[in-house]
Amino acid sequence: MTEEAYNFAYLNEQTKRMIRRAILKGLATPGYQVPFASREMPMPYGWGTGGVQVSAATLTPEDTFKVIDQGADDTTNAVSIRKFVERTAGIATTTKTSDAKVIQTRHRIPEAPLTEDQILIYQVPIPEPLRFLEPRETETRKMHSREDYGLMHVKLYEDIAQHGHIATPYAYPVRVEGRYLMDPSPIPKFDTPKMEMAAIQLFGAGREQRIYALPPYTKVTPLDFEDPFDPSKAPHPCGLCGAEDAYLDEVITDDTGRRMFVCSDTDYCETRREAGHRGKDAA
Amino acid sequence: MYVTVKGGERAIENAHAWLGEERRGDPQIAAVSPAQIREQLSLAVHRVMAEGSLYDSDLAALAIKQARGDLIEAIFLIRAYRTTLPRLGPSVPVDTARMHCERRISATFREVPGGQVLGPTFDYTHWLVDFQLAADGEAPPAPTADPVPEATPHVTGFLNREGLIEEAPPSDAAPPDLTREPLEFPALRLQALTRSDEGFSLGMAYSTQRGHARTHAFVGELRIGAVTVEMEIPELGFAIEIAEITLTESETVNQFQGSKTKPAQFTRGYALVFGQSERKSISMALVDRALRWEELGEDNLGAPAQNAEFVLSHADSIQATGFLEHIKLPHYVDFQSELELLRKLRRAAGAAPRQEAAE
Repeated sequence: MTEEAYNFAYLNEQTKRMIRRAILKGLATPGYQVPFASREMPMPYGWGTGGVQVSAATLTPEDTFKVIDQGADDTTNAVSIRKFVERTAGIATTTKTSDAKVIQTRHRIPEAPLTEDQILIYQVPIPEPLRFLEPRETETRKMHSREDYGLMHVKLYEDIAQHGHIATPYAYPVRVEGRYLMDPSPIPKFDTPKMEMAAIQLFGAGREQRIYALPPYTKVTPLDFEDPFDPSKAPHPCGLCGAEDAYLDEVITDDTGRRMFVCSDTDYCETRREAGHRGKDAA
Repeated sequence: MYVTVKGGERAIENAHAWLGEERRGDPQIAAVSPAQIREQLSLAVHRVMAEGSLYDSDLAALAIKQARGDLIEAIFLIRAYRTTLPRLGPSVPVDTARMHCERRISATFREVPGGQVLGPTFDYTHWLVDFQLAADGEAPPAPTADPVPEATPHVTGFLNREGLIEEAPPSDAAPPDLTREPLEFPALRLQALTRSDEGFSLGMAYSTQRGHARTHAFVGELRIGAVTVEMEIPELGFAIEIAEITLTESETVNQFQGSKTKPAQFTRGYALVFGQSERKSISMALVDRALRWEELGEDNLGAPAQNAEFVLSHADSIQATGFLEHIKLPHYVDFQSELELLRKLRRAAGAAPRQEAAE
């Protein structure tokens, strides 16, 4: 059911063209943050307005759309965004990763590998990886243009000196094809190695008015030193499906502190359970 | 036993149904109409139009009703509506010297051509709660006078004749539109300020008064009234009147000691805001002036109000409120990774492990 008063996928065609130009520019310069005239969307800034604008400019009427938040299809904001796109674009939606043409995500990469036919769109809160080291945009843009990333190396080194580890468990900074330093959005470190993938990856930051992109198979390297990058996760299998290879959420099950670990990717977990896999806590 | 929760969708629908009931309040009490809000809560309507960047008092009144009186929420509704409208083009610059002033005061001269007109102001009201309003709310008719003359010259114009105040040369160039271009620096300062949050602008302006980049400001002139908006129609070859809107314009006269490049002269801060928005307008003029330190060759004192990137990146209530409130969304994944890291760091530091709860 499409709302007649609005254009397909809410945005007017001029706006979509402006966003598509930014996306193409982003794909041509992987990891570079392209300023774009982000529009006010009927959802709050910080709730995925960038992702929704990129999705709206990318979707065609034949596409099937999936939205996840924290890996799950049924968290309230994922439900809300999916309904918004259903309402304004009238297209098919799915929770199946393999059935989706376009996947909008907040904070996770699906566990199932994506294919060349798919597009993964990230919601990005703070696109500037250097922002918390240098708050001035005018300065960070200069640093990118000069490839001056020493500040970030110093930060990571100080972590190691102080804690023995790099204390950045999510939104771990990456270098794209040896050039731009990029914020992968707040995905856990566990997901970072998956970013070298077959699908196109687009990143939309609405409030900060930036779009960036990774073409398929772009080389994405987590910033580190000689010791290897550690894509950490909770050291358990999933309590429901028994998966050893999936990122887990910790769920507190009662008031005595009992807890269990379950897949954060709800579709991955369900698909495994349908195939007969059982974890130790499964009913 | 833990079962994954389904039903976010129904929870959302139910929550919104409840919101609808709460918005209505006690059904025994008559519902307020948007027309009542437009007429009787007009300053709220003006604020919503100013920060929403859309001059439509009926729509703003409806948004206030829909938002249960939360003005930032109402501004958000207006912004989200505005973004779907096509941009037709720039108007002819409005001529505020031809404003039909309903209020016009100058703090710099006792008498000014055109006169001091108090207009419908809260000033000097004594701020005693008026219980009469609770009884019937009817207002006795106010005395009337002849309207002020057609054109009311600007006070700063008088200072200009002696060269005592900096010139603000006119330009016919169509300015870029902040709502159609990303905010980049140097920024469209006045456009960003006029739609900025009133509270934020007020705080910034107040900070300059208390000494954080003080530019001691006099209100050279504050004027509120209706102006006509005209637009050149290419097919017609002349400008036609498309609207009449109420604006508040403030011009401050600020001290300036002179610099290496400029003689001592008064400088100005400028503000133009939709509606009767006096507090916002004066705040905007002060902040405008403080942000111009570089152009005027003043020293950077490191004050927040001198930092254009700081002020203009954080002045928009809709951006700020969205990002602030997003932290109530699920962050299970990032939080989980923090938990794991913290446990790892504590293990490494040899913290005595507490009794592990059963999993």
